[in-house]
Amino acid sequence: MGNEKYQAGLAQYREKIAAVSAQEMVINMGPQHPSTHGVLRLELITDGEIVKEIIPHLGYLHRCFDKHAESINYTKSIPFTDRLDYLASMNNSHAFVMGVERMLGLDQKIPKRVEYIRVLVCELNRIASHLIAIGTYGIDIGAFTPFMWCFRDREHIMNMLEWASGSRMLYNYIWIGGLFYDVPVQFEERCKEFIHYFKPKLVELDELLSNNQIFISRTANIGVLPADVAINYGCSGPMLRASGIKWDLRRVDGYSVYPELDFDIPVGKGEMGSLGDCWDRYQVRVEEVKQSVKIIEQCLDRLLSDYKRTVDFDPRALVPKKVNLKAQDYYVRAENPKGELGFYFVTADKTDVPKRVKARGPSFNNLSVLPELGKGVLIADLIAILGSIDIVLGEVDR
Amino acid sequence: MIEKIYSSLEKHIHPDAVQSLETSGLQPAIYLNPQYLKQVCYFLRDTEGYYFDFLADIAAVDYYPEPYFELVYHLTSIPYQQQLVLKVKLENNRSSEELPTAPSVSEVWRTADWHEREAFDLMGIYFEGHPDLRRILMPDDWQGYPLRKDYQDPETYHGISVK
Repeated sequence: MGNEKYQAGLAQYREKIAAVSAQEMVINMGPQHPSTHGVLRLELITDGEIVKEIIPHLGYLHRCFDKHAESINYTKSIPFTDRLDYLASMNNSHAFVMGVERMLGLDQKIPKRVEYIRVLVCELNRIASHLIAIGTYGIDIGAFTPFMWCFRDREHIMNMLEWASGSRMLYNYIWIGGLFYDVPVQFEERCKEFIHYFKPKLVELDELLSNNQIFISRTANIGVLPADVAINYGCSGPMLRASGIKWDLRRVDGYSVYPELDFDIPVGKGEMGSLGDCWDRYQVRVEEVKQSVKIIEQCLDRLLSDYKRTVDFDPRALVPKKVNLKAQDYYVRAENPKGELGFYFVTADKTDVPKRVKARGPSFNNLSVLPELGKGVLIADLIAILGSIDIVLGEVDR
Repeated sequence: MIEKIYSSLEKHIHPDAVQSLETSGLQPAIYLNPQYLKQVCYFLRDTEGYYFDFLADIAAVDYYPEPYFELVYHLTSIPYQQQLVLKVKLENNRSSEELPTAPSVSEVWRTADWHEREAFDLMGIYFEGHPDLRRILMPDDWQGYPLRKDYQDPETYHGISVK
């Protein structure tokens, strides 16, 4: 590679590591560290127990989503989107599919039953994703029981989604113009049973973890993220809401059938410490689970009354045989469990293969604030901060 | 809305700061002159009535075989719930000696830091004034820019066959 200045950044980084003083120490946290939730390497420059600087190294799970999507057609890309944020596959494919449908002009024609099923499975997946966030956050800080409880409840959701789509984690269930299949017979009833079972468990979880004094001491006033910093770093989702900004794309954009549903947007209030600390981020997720339960109940009601299963209902009726688009570009965004997931499409004429697809992962942006948040904290607190960001490396590295 | 932004950029920054307005697509976009990019971004972020304080995404697009690249900035205004698309066209002849160059906006929005590193890493776009321009997803010693349309996969990487 020719020009010197294109290598200047790398040289500058190497100099910085070489210039670490004898009093400081460089520690690698990860890529196999369990509390980095995947393969993330944090290079820490530490002075005793104090973290002076954090240099994140990404890319261990880079699977070239953008490049793959440029070589296959839109329909074939959907399974790849499942692998971005693999804890919330339904939400990923929903965002992708919405973008393609909007470009096709299909978005207003989707049957209501399809839309309600989409929202239902997305919200189930959101609960599953948040349960992992809550459970693993507990275990990061040393609470083992909530982890087991969350995974036990998540298992019910996994089983239900497996029943609908045939796969436990990577569903390929939401298709352009419709769904893979209608939900199985009795799915709605089983979902109701699950909600009935799950509601008391949330109360138990609050008693066990949210109001646990040890947990509060470890998370309150730690990693305080002011709202202006959060916005400047492109944080979205629970990260941004925990800093007190009421910003939820389900309400702002009002996509799918969310305008017809009644739910609140929980924001951080700084109840246990300062606004935007780790406890607030945790609490926003817990509250969001409760709101998702509320959404699911409304969806089930409507799926069993107004938009009932009928014999001749075909969720694949609008699925196009070939996605023919004229040359254009479009950025679609949707509220994922982790934040704003965006897909930027550049399409070309006379082909069903896109020219460019860029995925904007919420975890990628949420993680970029870590060097700022973790400056001058204890190493033990860094684990608490990283856990509260709730990253999924599949989406950071794409 | 976008016509208003266009004319106020013309008026307040420089008549040459904006190149054209694209309104044919689903999301209208403003083509900017790269020279004035940073000024425009500061203006859009800090001016009352716009407050585009949230940079959602920077995407680099390769228009091979045409000799140019495009940078697409997706801005969001949280106070006004608005979206805006800015585009910058970068002419380049694809030699490894001279990468397409744009000014960095990472001091306007810190989130641009990682997005620009990604564009540098995968598309080979150089951002002037970036504080820490290294590869982010690929290994530091990787050769070439994988998302370019004319990219050829290497046969081996450190003696390991990659095909």
